[in-house]
Amino acid sequence: MAESYHLLKRADFIFRNENDWEEILTKTIKRTPQDIINELISSELKGRGGAGFPTGLKWKITAEAKSAEKYVICNADEGEPGTFKDREILSRVPYKVLTAMAVCAHIIGSKKGIIYLRGEYHSLKEALEKSISEFEYYCKKIKLDFSVEVFMGSGAYICGEETALFESLEGHRGEPRNKPPYPTIKGYMDKPTVINNVETLAHTFTIFKYGSKKFYDLGVQFSRGTKLFSVSGDTPKPGIYELELGMSLQDFVNEFGDGDTKAVQVGGASGFLVPRKKFQETAIGYQGKLTGISLPTGGSMMIFNSSRSMFNVLDNYLEFFREESCGQCTPCRVGCQQLLIGIKAVKRGERPAQYLEKLLKLSETMQLTAKCGLGQSVANSFASIVENFREEMIY
Amino acid sequence: MDPIQSLIKELAVKHGRKRESLLPVLQGVVEQERYLSEHSMIEIARELDLPAAEVYGTATFYSFLEHRKMGRFVIRICKTISCSMKGKNQVLLAIQDMLKISTGETTPDGRFSLVETNCLGLCHKAPAMLINEEVYTDLTPEKVRELLSEYMMK
Amino acid sequence: MTQKIQVNINGFPVDVKPGTTILEAASKVNVTIPTLCYHKDLCVAGNCRVCVVEVAGQKRLSAACATPCEDGMDILTNSLKVRNSRKHIIELLLSEHNADCTKCYKNGKCELQSLASEYKIMTQDFIELLPWKDYTIDMISPSIIKDDSKCIRCQRCVRTCAELQGVNALTVAYKGDKMKISTFFEKPMNDVVCTNCGQCVNRCPTGALVEKNYVEEVWDAISDPEKHVVVQTAPAVRVGLGEDLGFDPGSRVTGKMVSALKRLGFDSVMDTDFSADLTIMEEGTELLTRLKKALKDKDPDVKLPMATSCSPGWIKYIEHMYPEYLGNLSTCKSPQQMFGALVKTYYAKARNLDPSKIVSVSIMPCTAKKFEAARSEMHDSGYRDVDYVLTTRELSIMIKQAGIDFMNLADMEFDRLMGESTGAAVIFGVTGGVMEAALRTAYELVTGRPVPFENLNITPVRGMTGVKEASIKIENPLKEWKFLDGVELRCAIAHGLINAKTVMDAVKAGKASFHFLEVMACPGGCLGGGGQPIPTNAEIREKRAKAIYEEDAWKPIRKSHENPEVQKIYKDFLGEPLGEISHHLLHTKYTPRQRF
Repeated sequence: MAESYHLLKRADFIFRNENDWEEILTKTIKRTPQDIINELISSELKGRGGAGFPTGLKWKITAEAKSAEKYVICNADEGEPGTFKDREILSRVPYKVLTAMAVCAHIIGSKKGIIYLRGEYHSLKEALEKSISEFEYYCKKIKLDFSVEVFMGSGAYICGEETALFESLEGHRGEPRNKPPYPTIKGYMDKPTVINNVETLAHTFTIFKYGSKKFYDLGVQFSRGTKLFSVSGDTPKPGIYELELGMSLQDFVNEFGDGDTKAVQVGGASGFLVPRKKFQETAIGYQGKLTGISLPTGGSMMIFNSSRSMFNVLDNYLEFFREESCGQCTPCRVGCQQLLIGIKAVKRGERPAQYLEKLLKLSETMQLTAKCGLGQSVANSFASIVENFREEMIY
Repeated sequence: MDPIQSLIKELAVKHGRKRESLLPVLQGVVEQERYLSEHSMIEIARELDLPAAEVYGTATFYSFLEHRKMGRFVIRICKTISCSMKGKNQVLLAIQDMLKISTGETTPDGRFSLVETNCLGLCHKAPAMLINEEVYTDLTPEKVRELLSEYMMK
Repeated sequence: MTQKIQVNINGFPVDVKPGTTILEAASKVNVTIPTLCYHKDLCVAGNCRVCVVEVAGQKRLSAACATPCEDGMDILTNSLKVRNSRKHIIELLLSEHNADCTKCYKNGKCELQSLASEYKIMTQDFIELLPWKDYTIDMISPSIIKDDSKCIRCQRCVRTCAELQGVNALTVAYKGDKMKISTFFEKPMNDVVCTNCGQCVNRCPTGALVEKNYVEEVWDAISDPEKHVVVQTAPAVRVGLGEDLGFDPGSRVTGKMVSALKRLGFDSVMDTDFSADLTIMEEGTELLTRLKKALKDKDPDVKLPMATSCSPGWIKYIEHMYPEYLGNLSTCKSPQQMFGALVKTYYAKARNLDPSKIVSVSIMPCTAKKFEAARSEMHDSGYRDVDYVLTTRELSIMIKQAGIDFMNLADMEFDRLMGESTGAAVIFGVTGGVMEAALRTAYELVTGRPVPFENLNITPVRGMTGVKEASIKIENPLKEWKFLDGVELRCAIAHGLINAKTVMDAVKAGKASFHFLEVMACPGGCLGGGGQPIPTNAEIREKRAKAIYEEDAWKPIRKSHENPEVQKIYKDFLGEPLGEISHHLLHTKYTPRQRF
């Protein structure tokens, strides 16, 4: 094992109390925007929703865009199977998120923030709005022109995709747009927009409070800082854990498995299934030059023991995508249906085992040609499950 | 003015009459009526000056904006893998057995509707479900029978 | 002076303006990238993914129609990756498509079929998805058939109905594998605000949206020895028909069209242009009557502006969206319906025929005309005034079925009695044409002089701008029209229903200062109608317009009131414009409908 791998390192920044948020907000907005952006860039914080785009860079580009109207949007449409961290953040430390949004607005020149909250989390709305009104009251006190509104989703996983989210906010079907243009230039209402995951914003609070070095010193190269992991499945310790990035999957399983772990799904249905034999060589982080495989992730970790059928797992994911696809583009709309119906046909013996090869090629095409991340990511779980558990697909 | 029209007028006053107001208005109607009838959609189209087909096309995109008549209590049980692994099928069977309906149906007295939904973000406390906006976790057949009995009193 | 950037397409450098898409750049170096959801008339969708290309340095393929060029981009449109992906996309589309081509109306004219042929898709490895779906085939509308089993969900029809026409009868509904093109609550097209304009049919790449065709019924009538089949042809047909029969867009094929119709076996081949001239007489008189009531009698109840009523798509539109303005419509029927009413009365009498044995057929560039002919009030002759409406496309089908060598036909002339027409009539087929024809007659009626434009070409009303406004000052009118002296007769012309909306909203807001409004439902006017040859785009419509104005320029008679057959029908049969017989046969009522 290379020395760049860490043993499981717990941390506790996200859920540490937020009672000093007023102080942090006041202090941070006194700094120059350039200063704050440099801090974020040097922290190497990357988006925690799964896409992993450098946060500092995102704020920088949006700050530089020329427009009188700009927006800050918090993507709370947490829908990736096995992910439940954002719900926790918004319930326990909402002021961190709001502070981060206000700082961002201050930097980029925006007066309006929106939290897009998935419909299934409606029970959080009342408490969240209460926090918002207290927050806005404080903003007025310190003469910060910034207001936040909660916008409810209505049951559509695809609205977690940034441009689909904008479409939904604008009163349309949540169908992803063509990119370019990117949200930093043309986002909500075609205006420059910063859209960040809930957790990403919570991490910026940590950086504003403790400085970028503290964040940077955790984790490994290309995967700095900590991440919240949502652990579920065959584990004696389901729950949310803040861990440093860069751990090996073997160490993770040693800590969280039930002793009989067969595979781990990293990153939800859009992520990768890692079989037992690859635990050692797989590190959890962002694409980089670590030895072995490195996986970008939104933090969903679903653990499967030897009693689980990988066919049922794949069937479940494909059923999910088939329903949640927006249906716009051919490779995703039809591809998801073909993959699902295809594995069922192979299992029932209606198609020969070799048909799986054709399906694998199809999943590759989906990855290359689909219009948005949903269609592009189906191949991740499809290929990793079919290639590593081929016998379970056939027999 | 019938009750639907006045509800929609109130919602339009609260949320505005722009295209961006469409989703909150649709949600407002669903919150009270549990679904969007043809009449509701036409009135929304009228109030927001939108084509009726647009309202329909937008509403049908979202799983929670039902256009079929739903019961007073909509039970949404998660069918994604983590809940599946923790006994969701037994829970579902218990509900079906108790209410005497299958997934996608509504009880004849109009009280309960049962649908399956995708990941609710409660995987560490699986199996989980929603009844309207209330969250219920760590379900077992016994628990769910108790819960539904309470709801039957409402 | 905008900076130009350079990209490489398959190794060929090309200079383009920033913002040009890869698709546009490729056409500059004669590289065609296949597309399905892309259409020149509509905004970019980028959802079919057929046009994907490889851009060096990018992991994924990019949609050529939706990706703007960047300086130095290296693009491959036919690499192995691209070809394999494209093949997959086509196979996927075929797997959710009713690919029984031999039984399809669009056989030979389907864009998906052409793609499959180009890529030699000879096996279907994927599983057929249709048996798992429940799709509907909506055949209730008299104009349009919607077959969901053939839909590839490119959304061209939805974009057309929304952006070009502003009708929004079609929408995208549901998501995932249930996503489909639908109407409000999946009602039949006939039960929603669809105006039957057929612009969606013009742009559908497959057989999902086609016109309701009556070719067999017309063949039956022609072959029936008991029946006397009369056919009338609309002005726009003669500049579009050639496109389906080997001619370039903008070819005038009037003489060949008549010749072909005679060879098909019609008993009488006459011209809708005749009744277009008649319409001008009736409508011109109606306009002047209203102006007299408004300006001389100061009657407050007179409805102005007066709007033309020859476009049935426009009629249905105003019936749904602005029913309170039905009184502003001219009560004149369209030329098609005027002709139909006269065939079974005036023509039957003159030729000593039993009207119950006459079958009245029309060839139209329009799908809404099928709806119009079926309207319950259209039987003033005592019989159904127009029995069957065929689109330009259906006529070309009949010509091909009959084995006629259209290209080499000799020109023939229309039959007499209702076959003579003027230049003013033929321009009915282009936006601004009805207005121009009306002005040529009305101005002369009022002043005794021809319109003050060179060669009678009233250029201010011509052109493809969505909403045009023009005015003519009336000076030194004849004694009878003294109240018009000094009046600036103001006109507005709109084509494409989305422009009709702009104009009607202005009328509603009280901001409309014009007296006379011409609306044509289809972009370009009838020459861009829902029944014209496919494909359609702005360039093709411009060419057809040019052809129509040429037909006008070459006509010996250019003004409707000088048409000898029109003068004859008033003398022998109708009496005078707006007279009792005219009123009975040539005027109609409208029906207010629901907006939603």
